[in-house]
Amino acid sequence: MEITTVDNNRLTQARALVASLEAGDDAEATRIIKSFPENVEMDLFQEVGRLTRELHEAIIGFAMDDKVVQAVHHEMPDATERLAYVIEMTENAANTTLKAVENSMPVSEELSEVSSKLAAEWERFRDRKMELEDFRALSNEIGGFLTLASGHSKILNENLSEVLLAQGYQDLTGQIIRRVITLIQDVEEKLVRLVAISGTARMTEVAKVEVELEGPAVPNIEQGDMVNNQDDVDDLLSSLGF
Amino acid sequence: MDKNMKILIVDDFSTMRRIIKNLLRDLGFTNTHEADDGLTALPMLQSGNFDFLVSDWNMPGMTGIDLLKAVRADPKLASLPVLMVTAETKREQIIMAAEAGVNGYVIKPFTAGTLEEKINKIFERVSG
Repeated sequence: MEITTVDNNRLTQARALVASLEAGDDAEATRIIKSFPENVEMDLFQEVGRLTRELHEAIIGFAMDDKVVQAVHHEMPDATERLAYVIEMTENAANTTLKAVENSMPVSEELSEVSSKLAAEWERFRDRKMELEDFRALSNEIGGFLTLASGHSKILNENLSEVLLAQGYQDLTGQIIRRVITLIQDVEEKLVRLVAISGTARMTEVAKVEVELEGPAVPNIEQGDMVNNQDDVDDLLSSLGF
Repeated sequence: MDKNMKILIVDDFSTMRRIIKNLLRDLGFTNTHEADDGLTALPMLQSGNFDFLVSDWNMPGMTGIDLLKAVRADPKLASLPVLMVTAETKREQIIMAAEAGVNGYVIKPFTAGTLEEKINKIFERVSG
């Protein structure tokens, strides 16, 4: 094992102390002992000084870091704007989709109603239970239905296209959210470096509110004791006598 | 079950209200009304002769659980059937809702089938 200069000094001091004690030289022994703690204190002072300087520089560096300044002045407010826009976009997409669905439902209902009425009449004709007069009327109705069906399927097609296009929000919001995640990771990294320099983080337990609302379950995030699906909810409620 | 019964849908997101409204219409319930949180819902319930309340939990103003408690505390509304439709899936929250007197609990996202099943169950029990 290599002996460093510091160790060497201590070894020399220790030997001198033993020698002075063996020789019965009290004054010399006391002098040597007194020189120890001074050294330790000096080391400690120097270490505290060094840490303080480093922390100071890190804080100044943190404040001066262009990226941090940028983050505080622009990117954070930007991120808020971006996320608000995500809500707006998802809401618009949901509204477009809902509108298309609401407009389509009566159309498909009418198709189903008229076609089942015609099917019943057609059955009657096939069973030869229909008068000529009635058949003429049926023939007209079928002609009308064909026009209706062609028009209605065009409407349904248009509405389905609208639903399809509205899904574009997923791509756009995904890109925006990814940028915000990058920003948060950046700031987090810098904060972790600050904490690492200033010493071990104090682990304090934050007092929790009685029952905090968790919001939607998010995969891979610790959210406490959550149920996984509707069956779990039903089981839990029935265990409570529901 | 009376398909004409008056239903109040409470959710702070208009899209979710619209989805529930459409699902209920599909199930034959057309007499639906909307409110965006407990504060607007409560006076409507107190003066509106509603037969059924469908409420979200997490809303600004007044939450669904506080609305449920207010309903149970009001002698005129105490027996109103309440279905909670929410994204909150914590066990302690579900237990809390049960203790506050909820009649059914559906977690989002849900299907039309689940909604129908819970509504049927609630009204079987209420009439039975």
